[in-house]
Amino acid sequence: MAWPLFFILVFPGLIFLSLAGWAVEYIDRILYARLQNRKGPPWFQPFADFVKLVSKEDLIPTDANPTMFKLMPVLALTAVLTAFFHIPMWGSTPLISFEGSVIVVVYLLTLPTLAFFLAGWYSTSLYSTIGAVRTLTQLFAYEVPLLLAVLAPALLAHTWSLAKMAEFYNQNPLFALTNSVGFLVALVALQGKLERVPFDIPEAETEIVGGTFTEYSGRLLGMFRLAIDMEAVVGASLLAAVFLPFGLDLGPAWGFVLYAVKVLVIVFLLALLRTVTARLRIEQMVEFCWKFLAPAALFQILLSLVLNWIIRP
Amino acid sequence: MAKVTIPIGPQHPALKEPESFSITLSGERIVEMDMRLGYNHRGVEKACEERSYIQAMYLLERVCGICSHSHSTCFIQAVEEIAGLQTPPRAQYIRTLFAELERIHSHLLWLGVAGHEIGFDTLLMYSWRDREVVMDILASLSGNRVNYGMNTIGGVRRDFTKEQLAEVLKGVDILEERTKYYIEVATEEPTLINRLSGVGSLSHKDAVRLGTVGPTGRASNVDRDVRRDDPYAAYKDLSFKVITDTHNDVYGRTLVRVGELMESYKMIRQIVAQIPDGPVTVKAPRKIPAGEAVSRYEAPRGEDIHYVKANGTDKPERVKVRAPTLANLPSVSTMLKDNNLADVPITIAAIDPCFSCTDRMIRVKGGSKKKNEVLSWESLRLFSIGWYLERGIDFGSLNKTMKKLDRK
Repeated sequence: MAWPLFFILVFPGLIFLSLAGWAVEYIDRILYARLQNRKGPPWFQPFADFVKLVSKEDLIPTDANPTMFKLMPVLALTAVLTAFFHIPMWGSTPLISFEGSVIVVVYLLTLPTLAFFLAGWYSTSLYSTIGAVRTLTQLFAYEVPLLLAVLAPALLAHTWSLAKMAEFYNQNPLFALTNSVGFLVALVALQGKLERVPFDIPEAETEIVGGTFTEYSGRLLGMFRLAIDMEAVVGASLLAAVFLPFGLDLGPAWGFVLYAVKVLVIVFLLALLRTVTARLRIEQMVEFCWKFLAPAALFQILLSLVLNWIIRP
Repeated sequence: MAKVTIPIGPQHPALKEPESFSITLSGERIVEMDMRLGYNHRGVEKACEERSYIQAMYLLERVCGICSHSHSTCFIQAVEEIAGLQTPPRAQYIRTLFAELERIHSHLLWLGVAGHEIGFDTLLMYSWRDREVVMDILASLSGNRVNYGMNTIGGVRRDFTKEQLAEVLKGVDILEERTKYYIEVATEEPTLINRLSGVGSLSHKDAVRLGTVGPTGRASNVDRDVRRDDPYAAYKDLSFKVITDTHNDVYGRTLVRVGELMESYKMIRQIVAQIPDGPVTVKAPRKIPAGEAVSRYEAPRGEDIHYVKANGTDKPERVKVRAPTLANLPSVSTMLKDNNLADVPITIAAIDPCFSCTDRMIRVKGGSKKKNEVLSWESLRLFSIGWYLERGIDFGSLNKTMKKLDRK
């Protein structure tokens, strides 16, 4: 009875993922700052921000639906947490593994975005509503390329389980390299999922103040922030597991170090992307996703199918 | 889709000063825009009437935090004209030097703000870091980063050694190199170009009709610059190009501003090379003889106009300030028509607005006895023509003369 609780609350659950989320946020912020020639925050800044938010008063707008308003941050947090149990860190076996876990992870990672939408919608303020509509519009743009990009390696490995995929690529490391187009697509789509520049359209500060989160404050906003940090970790881990399945036989200690390095590489690429770009307009974003990302992901699927046909005639 | 009206301002992250824009949207598209001035009225013009000319100059320097030298120079030029003072050439050159340094710091500031408005914070951080170079030059020359306090009636308050001016050139070299990099960024970075080109279009015809000034007008190919057309200070001795552009959009305004930066560096080099020796100030009387004058000045944001009326005492009878933003504001609603909500911040920012400089209060007195009278445009026009006719100014004949001049 004690072990499941430990898994959920401590490792790889709430406490570990929170710490990892803050660490990733700090690294992202310091990289962003250094790339912009700034000093950047001290190492405890994300945690301090969280403590500050949690200690503040929750304000709920009179017109908002209080149940939904309070429920959405919890939903976002839980979905991200659940997704993390399905992703292998070291070795090839995650905590929960079954045939179809790839789909479940992608599905669970969509839930926070839906929670953002509903949160904005139920806030009923103008800025929140516009932010919510933008969140949903953006979801339809990046979700398809992301799913296609993650499915391509699964097709090649001939399995829908993350664990079996990892095993397959560990035995045939060269095949992992054929997925590099998909990796790039997934990276850009992940940036969209995390709503960061150039895809921070739903919370574009200079246009719609705080977007979806305009009306949120205190503990609820803190939970949302934490969920986004965790989503960054889970998204990066998913990409690392699917596209960078190297060195899975190193054992827990070195395996964990290698996992951390992979996540950091992805975080660095995401920080770089947000440093060198300006925010797109929503219709430019949708156009970019459907004109460039989706065809690139389809090309990756085609490549996987051809390779599949060669190795399994 | 139902139309919604969202408020941008008076308090909004995109605006650095209070100003209210109320935007009617259909989806993400702008149908209509309405704006309201008057959140930051400080009564500077009236306050000038209570102060001596020197005190009024310091007050007017504080009209704007960015173009402080512009306002004080513009005012002092009018006062000197009334008093018939001949400022020494060295003082003229020093005023011009500060004017151009101010333009550099204002345009670099704008570049950063523009970057921030389109979510390109890296550009903000870089251009503001480089702006520190010119701020340091200004601080080392005048002692202040803004509000330099250089002017006085009849000249300037400080003289500079050759070494100090050589230091300025060193800074200018660094800035020139950085600006070349920004020109490269502006012409090559795809997300930046995507966000700026085609946004906030203002045709040449509209730009002339709405009376835009400065970079806003020049980006719509309105080839006007007071520095060249009506030279003041030392501009008649300097050779420079007036940068214009035919893009007619925010992208064009960006190109005009970075282009003007390059011209400013050229001018500063000429100023340092040509600056004549001699005194920097002439003795000015405390009481200014009765008279009136209008002074024009090309501030970083466009043409600044000051009107001063003296009555023979040591205090001005009337001071009128027309900051460039007031001339540019009416064009914003034309620019925004049929654009996206996402383009509102950058389009407003592209005229480089300075709301508190331009803020004013209008009270209509007299007319009919009715308390609230709404005049149609035509009746307002007739009223004003009649008002001027009573005072001996005939706009009918003036218009004819203007048309003749236009044909030439």
